[in-house]
Amino acid sequence: MERIPVLRMGSLLLITIQVDMHDKLALQLQDDVTERISEWGSTGVLIDISSLEIVDSFIGRMLANIAAMSRVLGADTVVVGMQPAVAITLVELGMSLPGVRTALSVEAGMELLFAALPGTQSGSGHERSEA
Amino acid sequence: MSVLKREQLPLKNSNDIVLARQKVRQWSVDLRFSLVDQTKLVTAASELARNALDHGKGGQMTIELLSNGSKAGLQLIFEDQGPGIPDVEQALKDGFTSGSGMGLGLGGSKRLVNEFSIESEVGRGTRITVARWR
Amino acid sequence: MNELAEIISQNEGQIRAEWIRDMGSSVQRADLIGKDELEEQCRSLLSAIVTGIRTSGPGDLTAAGWSSTREFLQEISASRARQGFSPADVATFVLSLKRPIFSLIRREMASSQEKLFEAIWTVTELLDRLALITSEAFMAAREELISRQQEELLELSTPVVKLWDGILALPIIGTLDSARTQVVMENLLQTVVATNSKYAIIDITGVPTVDTLVAQHLLKTITAARLMGAECIISGVRPQIAQTIVHLGINLEDVITKAKLSDAFALALQRSGRKVVRESGAPVSPISGLFAKREE
Repeated sequence: MERIPVLRMGSLLLITIQVDMHDKLALQLQDDVTERISEWGSTGVLIDISSLEIVDSFIGRMLANIAAMSRVLGADTVVVGMQPAVAITLVELGMSLPGVRTALSVEAGMELLFAALPGTQSGSGHERSEA
Repeated sequence: MSVLKREQLPLKNSNDIVLARQKVRQWSVDLRFSLVDQTKLVTAASELARNALDHGKGGQMTIELLSNGSKAGLQLIFEDQGPGIPDVEQALKDGFTSGSGMGLGLGGSKRLVNEFSIESEVGRGTRITVARWR
Repeated sequence: MNELAEIISQNEGQIRAEWIRDMGSSVQRADLIGKDELEEQCRSLLSAIVTGIRTSGPGDLTAAGWSSTREFLQEISASRARQGFSPADVATFVLSLKRPIFSLIRREMASSQEKLFEAIWTVTELLDRLALITSEAFMAAREELISRQQEELLELSTPVVKLWDGILALPIIGTLDSARTQVVMENLLQTVVATNSKYAIIDITGVPTVDTLVAQHLLKTITAARLMGAECIISGVRPQIAQTIVHLGINLEDVITKAKLSDAFALALQRSGRKVVRESGAPVSPISGLFAKREE
């Protein structure tokens, strides 16, 4: 059965959602993420939704659930790449996704996750670019 | 106000919700709605279709292309023969967050469209009509 | 009525020549429409009219036989509207067809007064209605042009400026209503994505009043930006506005606000791990020692 692939990158899990998900697919993803975190001891989950043109309340709850469940299992979650139209619609819907950290890009998301790791040098979470 | 085109889709399983979304997206693109307006309408359709399925135990969505002489729009009608909504006003106030109340999120959907009307009778079913003008 | 159609079609060239001559230079606008193009338009309209009369009769212009005529008129009318013709010019384009056709009918139907009168009346009614269609199409095109210009004006009036890598500024001047806020919000968020900017400074120095509605709009923008992974800072909050906000009980707990744009910029720089440093050895102006230096 089709599933959204969950890729491993060191201590991070990388998920790119590109399809218009039906409910079962979304629930399957929730299950897969929690299993992988347990299996691989991941400490970070990065969900790339830059291809998602629609995020309704169901998908929104799914993202919030993944963030919450991962936290219980000791991992941080960052959702990246939300499209402007999607953000505007979610706000109008009344969903602000509390508890879900977000970043503009995969790169920014990874920086957030690495910064959160204990004992890393760039613990202050600042971007390192020339002023 | 005239209906230029009409189509009906069943809402019997979760895959139908995806099909409903795609149909609404298709028609919105054809009508040249702005991207934000498209997104709002398709998202509203997704919410209401899911409600008809989950709460209403299945139903159908009718999509209509309307014309008012000078402006064009899309109208969506979601009907189900489910348990109905006892307190419509309350349902319109509910939020999504913790599943308090019915969690129908009707208030949210209402904000995504230009016109919103709801008829519901306990034991008979529910009918929600929404429209978005270009 | 087929006789009418025949007469017109057989004398098409002559009608066209007289028609164009009668139009007058203000309707022809040789500077906007080339001679060949004008001839072509006249030929097309005449031929469409003949087809219309033959297929559906001259009475009912909503019939199928007239649809291509209607479309043609709508098209040239809309294009003339865009080019800047006046509504009178566009109607005259159609109406000046009357005289050439009347002259023609008078010649051809001289034998029967009854037929002549009938034909003239039919042509009058027909051309009047066609002129009306043309005028309506003209209005519709003008309205669309105006509304499009209004949209563009809305966009222009709130430019998004890049202050630095990853830091945007949005100076808002004037009142914020619902429509404008939508445009402003979309524009800002799209620029955030396009420039990968984590910080957006919304400066409201130029916003005269902030009421609950405006505050709501701003809050929605800030929430949407946050959902995307960017942070908004509001700057340019005047003392009166600060009072209004507290007075109205608007909750800005989660929002960073600064009185001046420069403060907001400094904060954004700091948050993104940057510092502005004066280089030692930089040329010092001879008069700089005369004035007290005030570092901001």
